[in-house]
Amino acid sequence: MLYPDTVEAEVLVHKPWFVATMFAVILAAFLAFNLTGTTMGDLMRPVIGDPLQSGLYGRFAVAFVVAVIFSLNVVLIGFAPLKVQIAIVWLELLVLFLGFFETFHLSLPFIWEKLPFLITQGAVTTLYVSAISIVIASVIAILGAVAKLSTNGFAYAIASFYTSFFRGLPLLMQVYLIYLGLPQLGFVIDAVPAGILALSLCYGAYMTEIFRSGIQSIDRGQWEASRSMGFGFGITMRRIILPQALPVIIPPTGNQFISMLKDSSLVSVIGVWELMFLARTLGQKTFQHMEMLISTAMIYWIMSICLELIQSRIERHYARSKVR
Amino acid sequence: MSLDLIIEAKDVAKWYGAFQVLKDINLTVRKGERIVVCGPSGSGKSTLIRCFNRLEAHQQGEITVNGITLHDKMRNVAEVRKYVGMVFQHFNLFPHMTVLMNCMVGPMWIKGVSAAEAKKTALRFLERVRIPEQANKYPAQLSGGQQQRVAIARSLCMEPAVMLFDEPTSALDPEMVSEVLDTMTSLARDGMTMVCVTHEMGFARAVADRVIFMNAGQIVEEGTPQAFFTNPQNERTKLFISQILKH
Ligand SMILES: Nc1ncnc2c1ncn2[C@@H]1O[C@H](COP(=O)(O)OP(=O)(O)O)[C@@H](O)[C@H]1O
Ligand SMILES: [Mg+2]
Repeated sequence: MLYPDTVEAEVLVHKPWFVATMFAVILAAFLAFNLTGTTMGDLMRPVIGDPLQSGLYGRFAVAFVVAVIFSLNVVLIGFAPLKVQIAIVWLELLVLFLGFFETFHLSLPFIWEKLPFLITQGAVTTLYVSAISIVIASVIAILGAVAKLSTNGFAYAIASFYTSFFRGLPLLMQVYLIYLGLPQLGFVIDAVPAGILALSLCYGAYMTEIFRSGIQSIDRGQWEASRSMGFGFGITMRRIILPQALPVIIPPTGNQFISMLKDSSLVSVIGVWELMFLARTLGQKTFQHMEMLISTAMIYWIMSICLELIQSRIERHYARSKVR
Repeated sequence: MSLDLIIEAKDVAKWYGAFQVLKDINLTVRKGERIVVCGPSGSGKSTLIRCFNRLEAHQQGEITVNGITLHDKMRNVAEVRKYVGMVFQHFNLFPHMTVLMNCMVGPMWIKGVSAAEAKKTALRFLERVRIPEQANKYPAQLSGGQQQRVAIARSLCMEPAVMLFDEPTSALDPEMVSEVLDTMTSLARDGMTMVCVTHEMGFARAVADRVIFMNAGQIVEEGTPQAFFTNPQNERTKLFISQILKH
């Protein structure tokens, strides 16, 4: 949380100039768009008569009502305690969002029919491809980080070449290169392993930097104490340094996992039946693209939220047992 | 070489790039001897004792510790570290382990001692530094003085032939200094061989067999505490002592 200045007690959204400005801006914005033809205009029928005949007066009345509701809403929320504010604003945004989707006139039965398959095939594939990739990427990252921190020229050169290369190419291109390129060299590779390989290599490169900075964040004195007791490099790394570096490493790794969950959609281009692939193909026959895209988007979002929650739990766990 | 020589340094020199940190260092430490090293900041005291367990490498001359000659081609640096305990200014306890584990891991991982055995040893030495009741706490829950005593116990668990101390009390609040010095004094009384970098002159007077004064990478004066404090020969030493005793 930012530093809360306890001296300035007045709430911003209760300052007259702020409310006035907000009101004016909303009024102007809604005057610019003619909303008399929408549900909003219909609701205002008692005041403005037939919406389509109401002209400038109707337009103004609608904009005025919207601006009043909006400003009143903001001012009222301003009175609530922080947690309630957050909850209300989240809910309101969510309702607006759903209202927006509603305008597409989605076919719910079609969604219900396809949803089980989207989850059992798509979401599961997405999850396991991401999970396997993040594990492999972590292993690569430890090796890469050690190599990058070592005084061995070969190790450093190889590791920095690797990170530079895989961070420098678009992931989509890596997916193609591995899936289409390896068979040319004689290694025929299935779509799923190819996708996992591409994701692991790419994320391994990013996570090498995370692990490197985590290891570097540990005080030199820990190395000195460990080495002076006679522990070798391996024990020092595994038992002394890494356990202390994990609280530094895990939160950004969680971030990478969330990001990978979505980037795994790129392997749909090589025909892996994960979420994105199904989103594009399931609705094709009946031209119900929007249904599938929006439901898939929601599934991605829900999975990300779950991961975010897990991540914040882990972070709290480490914050509690944080030593020193 | 006589058997009771624990550390022997002959004409040792060391450079950091073009900067010479150690110059013509000649020093012997016999079994049971207590040596205090002092000198102005940056004179190379830490570097010197860190050469004794090869946390730093010297470039010229010869250092022999407990019969093992330290040089670039030595295969097993860990071997010499078994015999040399080191206590740091900032304790450097392992913060993710309990006090007890801090003391157990050395014997367990280096000597292959069983956990039960290591625990017994650890408790014995925690008793020795008079904090057995803190065994199951984490280092962060202890005061600085207690942490430093744990660090001493951790080193003792390896049953070293010599203990190196690098300004063990200079990161401590004044009221904690004495508990650590008491521990060190009692170690000295029990005959532990010690090399201490410290500016605690009371400690030096009470326990040191010899005081060594370093300046600009060289040993410029060496003698009994009595001679060192009452009748220093070198100009730099005189200045140093007068500054230390001024307050
Ligand atoms: N890793 C290093 N690289 C370069 N110079 C160093 C390094 N470590 C120490 N020095 C220099 O060596 C000199 C001696 O350092 P040190 O042994 O720590 O002195 P003391 O412990 O007596 O205060 C200092 O001038 C210091 O700046
Ligand atoms: Mg020093």
